[in-house]
Amino acid sequence: MRWTLLACLFCFAAGVWAGDVGQIKAAAGAVFLERQGERLPATVGMPVQESDTLVTGADGSAGVTFSDNSVLSVGPGSVLAIERYAFDSTTHNGHFDASLKKGTLAVVSGKMVKQSPDAMRVRTPSSIMGVRGTEFVVKVTEPGS
Amino acid sequence: MLVLVLGALVILGAIYAQPAPLEEPVVVLPSPDRHIVVQRPPDETVVVLPSADGHTGTVIVQRGGERHVLNKPFAASRLTGGKAEITQLSDAEVRQSFGVTLQALPAMPTTFLLYFITATDELTDESKGELKKILAALKQRAVPDIMVVGHTDTVGEPERNDLLSARRAERVKGFLIEIGIPAGQIQTAGRGERELLVPTADNVDEPRNRRVEISVR
Repeated sequence: MRWTLLACLFCFAAGVWAGDVGQIKAAAGAVFLERQGERLPATVGMPVQESDTLVTGADGSAGVTFSDNSVLSVGPGSVLAIERYAFDSTTHNGHFDASLKKGTLAVVSGKMVKQSPDAMRVRTPSSIMGVRGTEFVVKVTEPGS
Repeated sequence: MLVLVLGALVILGAIYAQPAPLEEPVVVLPSPDRHIVVQRPPDETVVVLPSADGHTGTVIVQRGGERHVLNKPFAASRLTGGKAEITQLSDAEVRQSFGVTLQALPAMPTTFLLYFITATDELTDESKGELKKILAALKQRAVPDIMVVGHTDTVGEPERNDLLSARRAERVKGFLIEIGIPAGQIQTAGRGERELLVPTADNVDEPRNRRVEISVR
């Protein structure tokens, strides 16, 4: 109830679009968000939406905070797809599927993982990771690189 | 003998004279095992880290039929050249491979509490000191999203407490604006006596309930 009320106030006051699930909090070097076939330069403060793909250049890195208080960052030469994201601020139920195609990723899980341990999954080309309330890093090195 | 050698030369000549089939151009590979490298899946490393409070959670890595459970600080699951193993890395090794990435990790969302003098929107002396620390911490954050929620104890009429809690929240919002946080990034709400930190009966003077919660993301 409390968070529904707050969420409504928040959305109203900040004009946050319903599709926003997170926000870019750090961006250095070349950082892009791929959204519906478009490649947008990512800047600090920019909202992140479900189905966005975060892409960094050889000198790039970026950090994102999500609505369930999970945070993540990617290092240089990374491609991270936010495949599915939903979070209910009242029940803390939700799901978060991300896929690291290449590069490096750091994750600190948030409220939805506290609520239900299977809520967050991170994929790489060969693996699926389940997350039980923790901080972890992942690296995918392409062949020949 | 000579006939045999001549015969062999004629046959070889005939073979060389054949034009190379067009659909299979001859390509010289730069490395003999190039083909194998291309077939290989990408190498992967997954490492579980201790969090700021020292606690280490669990990451379960599922790779085909194989399952690696990582629940100790710096325990790692590695895939190298198609071969998987569980191993143990050091803090230094993680820093070397993930330093730039970890540096880009945003500050963790957190909550601060400030307390007030009875029936006013004046901070207690202790909270005045605390406010300085909170403002310094907030200044470190890029584009902070802030929610300020005011509360009261159960002394007095609920309607008056609604107004008082809203005033407390607005007062704190003012402090945040003073240090340069844009007003548009700060939301406020007054919850009156609906959400007691310490549950009490009605009309109980409880300092811990006279508070403002600042949630920052």
